Amino acid sequence: MALTLEQVRHVATLARLSLTPEEEQRFTTQLSAVLDAVEQLQSLDVEAVEPTSHATLTSSRLREDVTRPSLPPEKSLANAPAKSDTSFAVPKIIE
Amino acid sequence: MQLTDLTMLELAAKLAAGEVSSEEATRASLTRIQQVDPKVRAFLRVDEAGALAAARASDVRRKSGSPASTLDGVPLGLKDIFLTEGVETTAGSRILEGFVPPYDATVVRLLKEAGLPLVGKLNMDEFAMGSSNESSAFFPSHNPWDVSRTPGGSSGGSAAAVAAREVFGALGTDTGGSIRQPAALTNTVGLKPTYGRVSRFGVIAFASSLDQPGPMTRTVADAAALLQVIARPDAQDATSADAPVPDYSADLEAGVRGLKLGVPREYFTEGMDPEVEAAVREALREYERLGATLVDVSLPHTKYALATYYLIAPAEASSNLARYDGVRFGLRAKDARSLRDVYALTREQGFGAEVKRRIMLGTFALSSGYYDAHYLRAQKVRTLIREDFTRAFQQVDALVSPTSPVPAFKLGEKVEDPLSMYLMDIYTLPCNLAGLPGLSVPCGFTKAGLPVGLQILGRPFDEAGLLRIARAYEREHDFFRRSAPL
Amino acid sequence: MPVSDFQPVIGLEVHAQLLTQSKIFCGCSTAFGAEPNRNTCPVCLGMPGVLPVLNQRVAEFAVRTGLALECTIRPTSVWSRKNYFYPDLPKGYQITQFDQPICEHGRLVIDTPQGEKAIRILRIHMEEDAGKSVHDAGGGQSLVDLNRAGVPLLEIVSQPDLRDADEAVEYLKAMRDVLVYLGVNDGNLEEGSFRCDANVSVMPKGSTTFGQRCELKNLNSFRFLKQAIEYEIARQVDVIESGGKVVQETRLWDVNKGVTRSMRSKEEAHDYRYFPEPDLPPLHVSAEAIDAAAKALPELPRAKLQRFTSQYGLPAYDARILTAERPLADYFEACAGHYKDYKKLSNWFLGELMRLLKEEGTPLSALRFTPAQLGELLGAVDQGMVSANAGKDVLGEMFRTGKAPADIIAEKGLAQVSDTGAIEAVVDDILAKNAGEIEKYRAGKKQVFGFFVGQVMRAMKGKGNPALVNELLKKKLGD
Repeated sequence: MALTLEQVRHVATLARLSLTPEEEQRFTTQLSAVLDAVEQLQSLDVEAVEPTSHATLTSSRLREDVTRPSLPPEKSLANAPAKSDTSFAVPKIIE
Repeated sequence: MQLTDLTMLELAAKLAAGEVSSEEATRASLTRIQQVDPKVRAFLRVDEAGALAAARASDVRRKSGSPASTLDGVPLGLKDIFLTEGVETTAGSRILEGFVPPYDATVVRLLKEAGLPLVGKLNMDEFAMGSSNESSAFFPSHNPWDVSRTPGGSSGGSAAAVAAREVFGALGTDTGGSIRQPAALTNTVGLKPTYGRVSRFGVIAFASSLDQPGPMTRTVADAAALLQVIARPDAQDATSADAPVPDYSADLEAGVRGLKLGVPREYFTEGMDPEVEAAVREALREYERLGATLVDVSLPHTKYALATYYLIAPAEASSNLARYDGVRFGLRAKDARSLRDVYALTREQGFGAEVKRRIMLGTFALSSGYYDAHYLRAQKVRTLIREDFTRAFQQVDALVSPTSPVPAFKLGEKVEDPLSMYLMDIYTLPCNLAGLPGLSVPCGFTKAGLPVGLQILGRPFDEAGLLRIARAYEREHDFFRRSAPL
Repeated sequence: MPVSDFQPVIGLEVHAQLLTQSKIFCGCSTAFGAEPNRNTCPVCLGMPGVLPVLNQRVAEFAVRTGLALECTIRPTSVWSRKNYFYPDLPKGYQITQFDQPICEHGRLVIDTPQGEKAIRILRIHMEEDAGKSVHDAGGGQSLVDLNRAGVPLLEIVSQPDLRDADEAVEYLKAMRDVLVYLGVNDGNLEEGSFRCDANVSVMPKGSTTFGQRCELKNLNSFRFLKQAIEYEIARQVDVIESGGKVVQETRLWDVNKGVTRSMRSKEEAHDYRYFPEPDLPPLHVSAEAIDAAAKALPELPRAKLQRFTSQYGLPAYDARILTAERPLADYFEACAGHYKDYKKLSNWFLGELMRLLKEEGTPLSALRFTPAQLGELLGAVDQGMVSANAGKDVLGEMFRTGKAPADIIAEKGLAQVSDTGAIEAVVDDILAKNAGEIEKYRAGKKQVFGFFVGQVMRAMKGKGNPALVNELLKKKLGD
């Protein structure tokens, strides 16, 4: 299927990618080509087929409800681009 | 013969005999890196101090007669997708430049506990998305057999480093062929274990239901030994398997007499390089001579695997990569004034073209109105592909095929053509969709001297069987003794 | 059309924080009130490479709740990712359940003026909470604290079966009672560990087609829930009456202004792109586990209330208060083993005991006296060993010191005089001193009787057994 420029922009917004106009054009072409290629799946009858979302269906591994030491905040925040005391900081969110 | 020409097990024997120290081996590795890496460019960073400290600690253990494992002291390299506490980990992306993890991946912890010095972090396609190492945000790695060519991807740095004998072995990850394809292109052994066999905890995710770490080595026996260290159920990975871990070396020399090897029709297609096909056909005849029976089998949904993969993997990736948002770690765009900018500019500046392309594709495949026709349908076809394998394994013990349709291609050759790049994985990615183990073992060279790989696929958790079959072939040849012309 | 011509339709979504020690997918503490980001680790920070592993108690609590609300428990339920960007959502997705939740098709019975009404439960699912963003931090910044990220929640979604604000309040109270009884939630609306959103719409009476609904948020008390729903019903009727159309949106209850206001969504239309969480295998709950959980289910508030009225013959009013909290009900039943006049026992509970608990701020678990001792005290009152008034003092002392009632009565000299001879002597003395009053009494001024009782009690410093004093006075006065 061919994607429109509008669709590419919408998807970029959902994905939080601020694409350049040149990228928008390029992705419109390239993603359309990929979507054309995957179009072949439509020819298969999968009505009665169960989807596979996990490669192996092992019994689920669970944890006991016990606390384990957390990271000290200085480690939690060591890689933060911006922080204030022990909080992560971002430009003010306008409600 | 140089120290770095030894295989992991050869070195381990010398370490055990006290003929050589881990510090000497590690220094040899570091020297080799200095000599050849300017040409190969396998390493993103070398942790000389950390590796030497670990080597000296290993030597102390060896001297006191209490080695931590048979591989104690054998220097190893890690694809830069494994988190290493205190050592920068980037997954080949600008968005993680400068990120210093506060914890070790489970497999890194296991390697440290087994005493293996970790000499550094190896180059890769950004977030493991690519088949040539060219999507690395930093630089492409080069194939030691011809430095104008790619070592493959995404674990290209790992394969190149092992092939160039900069390290004795390495870990890679395989989502659609990222261990096996570069192994095939560099005359090395690459093993993608069964999904769940090796913990993914601390391994930067590309596509969670497909990713699997595994060993990349020069020999089959080394792969078995390294898998022995990392194959373990992990309480921190809910998808890790409880299946018992056998002794992978026990039946290594048992041969293939009496085994049935399936040859999937759909894996010998047009577009395959004639020299690759010739080498693989010769390997098949070799197996017959060794007593195996070849069985013609069909995996009818193979032709849908590429499309299935390129919906599922990007969809999962689009979600996995949402955490790179400029808030808690990694890059934040300098010019971000609003929260929107923090997200959109950071991600625009921090991700490369291939990563953006896949995030876009995956976001689209999951989006309202397209989910059923794309993502859900792909998951159903994934079931059909799994069932193909299940049926095949009722007839045969393993499947053999080429690993890659072509030998190493020129750097730059396919960068602008995503679809032709995606075709590099057609023989490797069905295995990931089915969660099966797969292995690539060297099976000769083209006239131009480029390596060819033979792929062996097996039943779930039959890594031992794959290793045994690969070893039977390897024993008849000396490909792994050949050194790349550096 | 006036408001009374419209039928409101309401459904509630309850978010209940589960009373686990650790978070849903990692070992960090769920404790409230720590320094920002003190209770975080790579997993709940959404660092690269991390994976979730389910806290098994979360599943246990979900099953327990589902059974209590008469739901069907899915043998296999599936985790999904809900994708959206927000600074307090570390991974860029929330791990939740979507199309295959753990519990479905339940019900909760509530009381309405028209009698009992079953409110259907659509679904219950498990999910992780997000962190907290503080927007008024100054410096043009918002601050993000991820202590709460990964705290386990149950989301319980009702069918749109509620028809007015009172029913909604009744439902929410009944839901809270059940969750607290089950020990899965602390029922604290103010701190937000028990939260509720309301979906409200209106339609002309008699219609079968629901109107466009609005989702109300920030309803952190029963009063706000009632006020917000009533406001919203009136607002929607107004919109329709004035020829407008109700727009589907999320509206915030403004506590100060007493209105709901639209949360103008600054972002583009949501598309959460749900898909199965590949990092978590589907959750399997065996039939045996469901059976075991069903057997271990405690008696629920409604059943207990009904039993208190039938078994103990208590009025509904008493039973409701006594069963409002499980520890109080349990304690009442323990005492009932030692004292058989249940209504009198209930009176003491609703009166003195609850007053003391409240005044002293003591939890029931910290009571210093045993049910047997309370029974003993009430028996002593019945037998006239101590007056009812003095009995209250004895209870107060038991409450503070834990001493046995008999010891307190003895120590404080509170024992009632029930010795007929001793009382008779005092009665005779008083009558001898008040010949004039006797005349008035015999002349028909019966209220003088009270005067004699008062005089006798005063002479006996209040310890005369009132029944005996009355009896003797009447005899002596010739009645």
